[in-house]
Amino acid sequence: MSVEPPHPSPLPARGERVPGVREAGEGRAIVELRDVHQSFGDVEVLKGVSFAVAKGGVVCIIGPSGSGKSTLLRCINGLVPIKSGTIRVADFDVHSLVTDRQRIALRKEVSMVFQQYNLFPHKTALENVMMAPIHVLNENRNEVRERAIALLTKVGLAAKRDAYPGELSGGQQQRVAIARSLAMRPEVMLFDEVTAALDPETVKEVLNTIRGLAREGMTCILVTHEMRFARELADEVLFTDGGTIVESGPPAELFDRPQKQRTKAFLSQIL
Amino acid sequence: MKGERAVTASPVLPVLLPAAERMARTALRERANGAPLLRLRAAHGIALLVTFAVGCALAQSQVLPANPSILETIWKWTPLLARGFVFNLAISFVAMALGTIAGLFLGYAQISLLPPVRKAAWFATHFFRNAPWLVLLFYCMFLLPFEVSILGVTIPIPDWTKATLGLALPVMANVSEIVRGAIQSIPTTQWEAAASLAFNRRQTMWMIILPQCIKRMLPPWMNLYAILTMATVLASIVGVNEMMTLTQRALSAENRPGLLLAFYSYVLLWFFVYCYPIARWTVRLEKRYAVNQ
Repeated sequence: MSVEPPHPSPLPARGERVPGVREAGEGRAIVELRDVHQSFGDVEVLKGVSFAVAKGGVVCIIGPSGSGKSTLLRCINGLVPIKSGTIRVADFDVHSLVTDRQRIALRKEVSMVFQQYNLFPHKTALENVMMAPIHVLNENRNEVRERAIALLTKVGLAAKRDAYPGELSGGQQQRVAIARSLAMRPEVMLFDEVTAALDPETVKEVLNTIRGLAREGMTCILVTHEMRFARELADEVLFTDGGTIVESGPPAELFDRPQKQRTKAFLSQIL
Repeated sequence: MKGERAVTASPVLPVLLPAAERMARTALRERANGAPLLRLRAAHGIALLVTFAVGCALAQSQVLPANPSILETIWKWTPLLARGFVFNLAISFVAMALGTIAGLFLGYAQISLLPPVRKAAWFATHFFRNAPWLVLLFYCMFLLPFEVSILGVTIPIPDWTKATLGLALPVMANVSEIVRGAIQSIPTTQWEAAASLAFNRRQTMWMIILPQCIKRMLPPWMNLYAILTMATVLASIVGVNEMMTLTQRALSAENRPGLLLAFYSYVLLWFFVYCYPIARWTVRLEKRYAVNQ
């Protein structure tokens, strides 16, 4: 479980446009990546990724498998250290976090939902939601309990609060996982292909949950294969391939008028 | 699919496939268990009963009319043997308890983030796991003093204490491996999920990983206990008054060579009756947890 420290690296040249970064005066982006490089052994996974997400913004990352989408998300909450570049989330310089204590402070602000739900199988749905606020944020148990029940109600699972993850369907588990992340009251939510392991019918219930969050103004970064969803909800869509962002823009532009050949090819395959 | 796997794994004739599959499964289980599976089956008990009956019959045929019958002789010695058996159980309880507590710490140290701790724990675990139990027993018998003086008070260390410590050492090493294996068998995604909810390592371990490990550790731990119980008779070699030693005494008192088979299979039956339910229970737990996972 050892983690190598990130290497410092020069910022990209001044004046280079970073997708998503608004002009000064419009408020600072809440998530900002500049020239992020990451490799596993000799395999370069990210080759200079830069983008930014405004507070309350919804960014969808699309692209073929193995293009580094999931790694990108894991870099943002410090699960995976980066080789070079900078990542800033709110006031945290993620690339320079060294100790566990620092990463824990970051992760209180950034929550992540996984493709395989990753609920704690020995705890009920309600306990799954309550655990982190009680033990990590040291909040009052009764308050947390009320909030957890409210969150489960919000994702439509109040009746299932005493069920164990093994007794829930994939879609239900994923909604509990979303509630669990929300219970931390994060600033930013990361969704890593959260519908990829679900059957088509339950995809909808999970997407509805995320749609509700986005509309309430939660900052969301989603890796997804749900193109229609991305088109409807995203402020900006990033198309990644081979560890770089090939093209980015508002969904209407990227989906309807892709500029790059690679984007066209990818979209023609899946749309 | 099955054929493919067998062919790529090793050149196995199709006709051997069922056996090969079974053997592969056993090998996998043994690897997960960290030790060869020594599991009692009902057949072992039946074989023991038959041996006992044959032994009695053979001995009976040599009995002089003046002597009491074989079963009477065995019955006469049974209270003494039972006392010895209780001693065996006491040794097994204490050795298991000590070994488990030490093994939990050692197993935890085996996954420490500090390399020196991890390596030392790994070395200790593998040293004691691969040393023959009897050798460890002898070490404890002859290296530990027969008494210690603390602040002028002399405390004797009886042989059975030393034997118990000697048996606790391999138990500790095996428990250490069980703990390490169980912790590492929890998917890394559980660590990731915990980390992204801002749990620290200690919290993750105690609240999320270890509770999930208990189910996985219980069957191999019970199996280890059954093995330990059967190994307590080793203490007879170093002169502890347990069932085996008392059996030998009874035999030399009777001084009738014909009794050997009957007496030893009688002792084995005692151990079987005690250990077989544990083995059955272990199998049941394994099956139950396999379904749940």
